[in-house]
Amino acid sequence: MGARLDGKIAIVSGGARGMGSSHARALVAEGAQVVGFDINEGEGPALVDELGSNRFAFLRGDVTKAEDWDNVVAGCHERFGAPNVLVNNAGVSPLHTLADVSEADYRKVIDINQVGTFLGMRALVPSLKEGGGSIVNIASTAAYVGFTELISYTASKWAVRGMTRAAALELAEHGIRVNTVCPGDTDTPMIRAFAGTDTGALPPAEELPMGRWARPEEISSAVVFLASDESSYISGSDIVVDGAYTAQ
Amino acid sequence: MSLVEGKVAIVSGAGSGMGVTHVRALATKGARVVGFDVTPGEGPRLLEELGDDRVRFLQGDVTSAADWARVVVECESRFGVPSILVNNAGIFRPNRVDSATEADYRKVIDINQIGTFLGMQAVVDPMRENGGGSIVNICSTSGLVAFTDNFAYVASKWAVRGMTRAAALELAADGIRVNTVCPGETDTPLIRNSDVPGTALPAETFPLGRWARPEEISAAVVFLASDDSSYMTGSDVVVDGAYTAA
Repeated sequence: MGARLDGKIAIVSGGARGMGSSHARALVAEGAQVVGFDINEGEGPALVDELGSNRFAFLRGDVTKAEDWDNVVAGCHERFGAPNVLVNNAGVSPLHTLADVSEADYRKVIDINQVGTFLGMRALVPSLKEGGGSIVNIASTAAYVGFTELISYTASKWAVRGMTRAAALELAEHGIRVNTVCPGDTDTPMIRAFAGTDTGALPPAEELPMGRWARPEEISSAVVFLASDESSYISGSDIVVDGAYTAQ
Repeated sequence: MSLVEGKVAIVSGAGSGMGVTHVRALATKGARVVGFDVTPGEGPRLLEELGDDRVRFLQGDVTSAADWARVVVECESRFGVPSILVNNAGIFRPNRVDSATEADYRKVIDINQIGTFLGMQAVVDPMRENGGGSIVNICSTSGLVAFTDNFAYVASKWAVRGMTRAAALELAADGIRVNTVCPGETDTPLIRNSDVPGTALPAETFPLGRWARPEEISAAVVFLASDDSSYMTGSDVVVDGAYTAA
């Protein structure tokens, strides 16, 4: 086990599946203790078995509820101590166009991806203020450019990128760094679900500059870098992990 | 396993400032490093510190394609095919659009921009034959926004950022990744010793209330040089303490 995250205690939202489980594994592999929380159990219990209950805890919670965030933070304090890393990873990306989307569906995506990220940051600030810390907001290439059929996802991710900058400026004096990781298309259940449709939101992998999707571990390694003290002068910025997609 | 274990790196402008810390960071994280510069600077001291089984220092000028070719040949014969290139050499001259002399403008472009281009060209064939590699171009916040009195420097750094994207697209199929690191103001002798007003923004200007330590820039270089960043290409790692967030 590596030691780049010795002494780090992290909360990962959406930590029971997809990229979230990958982040949990990568953080633990470098010495962190991690609380994963998710609205569904998913891989949560299995991850506790795999990583050890002295390293990983799973809690159920809904990122759109402030009281659930408070419970998770309290749960972290009880099990491992004050968190000093937050990974706002929970997110949904339903396919719909501006013309067709219902207001309810639009608001739902904003609620989980954007408001959930805001609530997470706000809930963690008191703990992070104590000794400094690192907030990693998972955004997307859809926070840099536009895609068809992803109107609400795109809105929410641009918002996350903007909030990240504003929060970075406000929290700098407390030693709290705030950054995004912006993944391109990554091999997760979410993307595989798209691949089964003929949506224009997902170019064929062979047409990408690197000719393939990212592996979840390739996103998690950027999360590890931002969580660690190696990135101590990095704040208010984006780590774009997209195989040159937005370089075009 | 250390982040860049078994890798071979070339670092330009290795004799002073950030170049020194890049060499040290790469070598202590497992790489063997060929550093070069127009003057020896701290080269001999670094060689003593890190050992000649880890580092080698050469004299060379980044504006000379022949010097780049020689550095690559020396690297291959001493340590092997380079898998990492850090285009770090760069100069700063204060000047403005209306009063810059053509000679000053061309000099900054020559070292910062052409030097970076020649470096990329020099390593592409060896990297391609070797299955890939990572090119890290040291850019700047001056490549993300603009500053007054920095006219030629801003031009050169925006050029580096654009070239990085174009090169990333052209070389993706060869497994060669190309990214920038964009430092904000970094505490080096260049900054501390400058008597040119406006060379550096005061530390209080920055949201984090201080300049970067050179090691904090080098940590981003090591990350991009390592396989941890294997899906990153055509991007910028901005190490500026939230300066450009404002």
